[in-house]
Order: sequence, then structure tokens, then C-alpha cells
Amino acid sequence: MAFAHPIGGVRPVRSSRRRGYFVPVLLLTPAMLWLTVFFVVPTISLASQSLQTGDIDNGYTLTWNFQTYADALARYWSHFLRSFGYAATATVGTLLLGYPLAWFIAHRSGKYKNALLVLVVAPFFTNFLIRTLAWQIILTDTGPVTGFFRATGLTSVLQAVGLTNNDTLLFSPFAVVSGLVYNFLPFMVLPLYASLERLDTRLLDAAGDLYANGWHTFWRVIWPLSLPGVVSGTLLTFIPAAGDYINSKLLGNTQTVMIGQVIDAQFLRVLDYPTAAALSFILMITIIILVGVYVRIAGTEELV
Amino acid sequence: MTKPTTSSGPLRLVGLTRHFDDFVAVAGIDLEVPAGSFFALLGPSGCGKTTTLRMVAGLEEPTAGRIYLGDEDITATRAYQRRVNTVFQSYALFPHLSVLDNVGFGLRQLKVADWKQRSMEALELVQLADRSRQRPRQLSGGMQQRVALARAIVNRPEVLLLDEPLGALDLKLRREMQIELKRIQQEVGITFIHVTHDQEEAMTMADTVAVMNAGHLEQVGEPAALYDRPATAYVASFLGQSNLLPLEGFSDPGGEFVTAHAHGNGLVVERAQLPKGMPLDGGFAEGAPSVHLGIRPEKLRILSPDEAPSANRLGGTVTDASFTGVATTYLVAMPWGQELTVTRPNDGSLRARPGDAVVLGWDPHQSFVVSEAL
Repeated sequence: MAFAHPIGGVRPVRSSRRRGYFVPVLLLTPAMLWLTVFFVVPTISLASQSLQTGDIDNGYTLTWNFQTYADALARYWSHFLRSFGYAATATVGTLLLGYPLAWFIAHRSGKYKNALLVLVVAPFFTNFLIRTLAWQIILTDTGPVTGFFRATGLTSVLQAVGLTNNDTLLFSPFAVVSGLVYNFLPFMVLPLYASLERLDTRLLDAAGDLYANGWHTFWRVIWPLSLPGVVSGTLLTFIPAAGDYINSKLLGNTQTVMIGQVIDAQFLRVLDYPTAAALSFILMITIIILVGVYVRIAGTEELV
Repeated sequence: MTKPTTSSGPLRLVGLTRHFDDFVAVAGIDLEVPAGSFFALLGPSGCGKTTTLRMVAGLEEPTAGRIYLGDEDITATRAYQRRVNTVFQSYALFPHLSVLDNVGFGLRQLKVADWKQRSMEALELVQLADRSRQRPRQLSGGMQQRVALARAIVNRPEVLLLDEPLGALDLKLRREMQIELKRIQQEVGITFIHVTHDQEEAMTMADTVAVMNAGHLEQVGEPAALYDRPATAYVASFLGQSNLLPLEGFSDPGGEFVTAHAHGNGLVVERAQLPKGMPLDGGFAEGAPSVHLGIRPEKLRILSPDEAPSANRLGGTVTDASFTGVATTYLVAMPWGQELTVTRPNDGSLRARPGDAVVLGWDPHQSFVVSEAL
């Protein structure tokens, strides 16, 4: 036993160290290759495109033309603002709708839990475009939704806050935001559900026992413990919503054009590739900065 | 924590009942817990003790009955409105808050300005002041338990409820915490209601023990009284071991003692031990509840041949002797087949071996009588 220890003790450590290095690399390789081919290379190509001059017929040359960025920002800054405004409003909307829904599914649905979760993702079985087109019918001027909004006076409220222009609902900022809320609701509900489902309900008993009423229990216990879900849900909603161009195209008007729609038009109809590429880059960088600030404020690393 | 809190009055439960659909968890409990006492609610799991506790805390709504704290009827108040705090079985510490913020949670709800200072004092009381900045999960089970205790007592509630708070701790830590809890209770003077299924824990810690079974109270009393004079066979067997001899009837020779008849033996029993209304004219009526004479194993003696004849004698044969160090436990078969357990200290007195014929005796003051179905 005296000499068995060093031999038996050191060898496995060495081999496991070698294995411990090899296995993660092996596991990472497919994803790294995928990202290199389909993300890193296109991003570099996009960056290069945004700094080129020329046109579609005579080809482009890289001239480090940063003026494209300045021109793009000068012409489309309002579209950026509008996009982030709509995306933020839609994110708040999905949060307000999604939080009670996620709580209900996680803690009140009993044996229907799985069925309700399937219902949350059920819209994905239909095409994104079809679902959004369906909202044209839902919000049509002669439909029951518009009728209800008119009867309850909500149309005047929406008009007063600038979400609609008259007493109809379709082709307005309200319709665009509604479409965004509808389309991204599952992305909010699922992470929230995952967070809330993990929440130990005995902590709610403890909060009640320690003189917290329902409202205080929510703000001091439930909300902070659900922050990881709130952060991922809002990111999963805000990021794609900010770049979305289907909802504004199908449910909006010429005054509701979002930046995704502009990029789409520059790439595919105007064929101004450098401007389109510059706009894409600005959108990407702005989102990265916003998300960075947001995550820092939310302080998710402090959470359980 | 320097000044003991004086409670406003006793906690009284009147006809407290809780049904879960068809299941009766608590079947009409009447109980008074004096202010400032250390009270244990003892019973097996599923006997309704935790449900009773949750109703006192306000976390469970009674189906019927009232709860009074002092003169005030608190039945209809919500948990957060009651000056009652709970140490939960699972501790239920808030994982996102530091130890200090956990302890200060209640005081901040109560808008106490010096919550920080008072929380630190409570942490000092449980000897965890140096851990105030850590998160609960960074602490061991025993420390978490003490944080849960500090979080409850810092609010100086009228009643502190402890729901099997030591259940998750190992034996050594448990013993330490039992002593600690008792010390803290004496220091702060709050009424403690301690729910446990561990009879030893209940007897060690509490001034008064209430034994619960199947949703009702079997007996309430001091630990020694419950052990020496159990009112029911259930209490007798739940609090330690006992030998229960089925009786056929009593006869009354007059004086301090009566004679109990068991399998042809006349056994002397203290008159004061008899349940009220026990007939003393020979046999029991058909269908009457069965009556047993109970004797604890350590109260039985093996009589040596030269010993003065004891009032109570039962002859039998030793079938098993197990040596446990401080004592030896014998099984002695009676002529009617029942085996009595006898525990004798290893003090050099007579030892018996399996197969020996022995005579057992006991002091008539040391037995008890229980009447009911087992």
C-alpha cells in the first residue's frame, strides 16, 4: 500500500485532466463551426458591405466609407426610436399579460398544467405570417373587437395617447404593438413559467407569517425571485420585436414603419446594400448596448 | 432582546376543527396555552398537529372553532395581521436576501426604524452575528435553523410556533439546539409552541406536553405526569414502552387500594389511579371498554427468593435477555402467553437467564390504569 498510493493516485488524475480538456472541446466544436460559418463570416461580410461604395451593377469596393453610417442615422433615426419604442411597449405588454398567466400555469393549474403549456406554444403550429394576417381580421373596422372598443370608449383613450389616429384600430401603432405582443407572448411566458415554477411556495407562507400582505409578498419575495425569468423573457421579446418588420408591415401604416421594414426595403427593393448593412449594424450594436445596460441594472448574477 | 416580552395573555383554542374534503385533520380541539410557557404538541405524523399550528399562524383557515390570543378573537385575521411567528420545518429562508435581511424582514414590514440593530441583536442571540452578510444557502443546516429562529423571535411575537424545527438536523446538533431553544425561550419569555413527533424531544424541552392522535387531544400535562399517569393506552404506548395487562374487573376491600383481577391474579392498584365511574363490584359489563393495568418496564423488578413478598407478584419464565450496557431488558412470558418487558439497571442486582422461572413485583404506586380500546 505504501507505493500503491502514488501510482494509483497520480495516474488517474493525469488522464482525467487530459480528458477534462478534450471532452469540452469536442462538445463545443460543432457549435463553434456552425457559428463561424453562419454567424462570424456573415457578420464580417456585413461589416465590410456597410463600408463599401459602388452599386449593384458595377460591383462594390471596400473604401472604408463611414459616411454611410452618418447618412443612414440622419435619415432613419426616427425609425430606430420608433422601433425601440414599439418593442419596449410590446415587452411591457407581454410582461403584464404573461406574468399572471405564467403564475397561474405554474401554481394554480393543477392537472391542466401541461395542457396549458401546450396551448401557450400552440400558435407556433401556424405560420407567423398567417397568424399576423389573422390580426387584420380581428381588428377590422366592422369586427367585434373594434365594436367593443368603440362601445366602451377605449378608442378615444387610444386616440388621446396617440396609439390610433381615429376611431378604428387597424393600421395603427396600437395594431402593430398588439401584433408584437401576441406574437412574442410565448417567449415571455415560457421563461417566466420556468422561474415561477421553481419558486418554493412555502416562502409565501413565511412572508405572510412575517407580516407581509399579498402586495408586499409579491414585491419583496415573488418578483425578486422571478427576476431571472423576467430578464430572459423581456430579452427574448424585446430583441426580436425591435427588429421585426412583419407586424408593422401588415398591421401598421406609413407612419408606423419600423427599422426592420427599412432594412428589408433597402436590401431587397432599393438595393442599396451599404445603407442596409449599416442600418443592420447600428441596430445590432444598439441592442447589444441596451441589453448590456439592462442586464447590469437587473443584476441577474446576484440572483439564485 | 435585552428585555423579555410579556405576552398579553394565553392562547386559547376552542373547538378548533379543520376538514380537508372528507378527511378530518383536526377534530375539535380545546386547549389553553399559558402565556410564557414552553408548550409541546406531540403526535405521530398525520395526527393534525401541523394543521393546528398552521391555523394558529393564520396560514390555514379553520373549518370551525375559534382562536383567542388573550381576550382577542384572532380567528378571522390574516397571517400578516397576527403577532404570531413561525419557525418552519423547511426553514423557508428567503434565498435572495442576506441573513441580516432575512432576519429583518418582519421588522421592516412592521416599519420598525432600528430593524438593523435589532436584527443584529437577534443574530447575536443565536450566535450568528458574524454571518449576517451571507446568503442562507452558504450556511449549514443548523445555522439556517438558527437564522429561521432569529427571524421569528426578532419580531417579539406573542406566540412563537415551531414546526418540527429540529427534524432535519443530526442527533448531536439536535441535542445542542434543544438546549439552545430552551435557553432562548427562558431569555425572551415568549410563549413557544413546539410541534414534534419525537416524544423525547417534547419531554426534554416543554413545560407542558399535549399528545395528539388522529385529530384530537389525548392528554395534556407535564411530561412526568404524562409518563407516569397516562390517561389512555395511546399515550402510554406513545410515550415510551409499557406493559398493559388486560383486566377482568375490580373488587373493593376498602382503603387506599383496590384489587384488580387479571388472569386469576389479584393485583393491588391505587384507588386514585382509577378512571372515574369504574365499577368496583367484580367483573366488567359485556361490551364495556377494555381496561388495562399498565406498568413501565423499569418499574418491574425481578424478586429474589429471599425478598419479602411484594403486594403484586406475577410468576413467569424468562424468554429473552438483552444486555444494553446500562441496563438489561428481559422478556418474561406469563402463563397466559403475554410477554412482559422488564428493564433492570446493571447495578449488581439479580440477573436472570433465558429459561429461568422468575417472580416479578412492583410498587402499586408505580402502575396506572387505562380504559378504552387499544
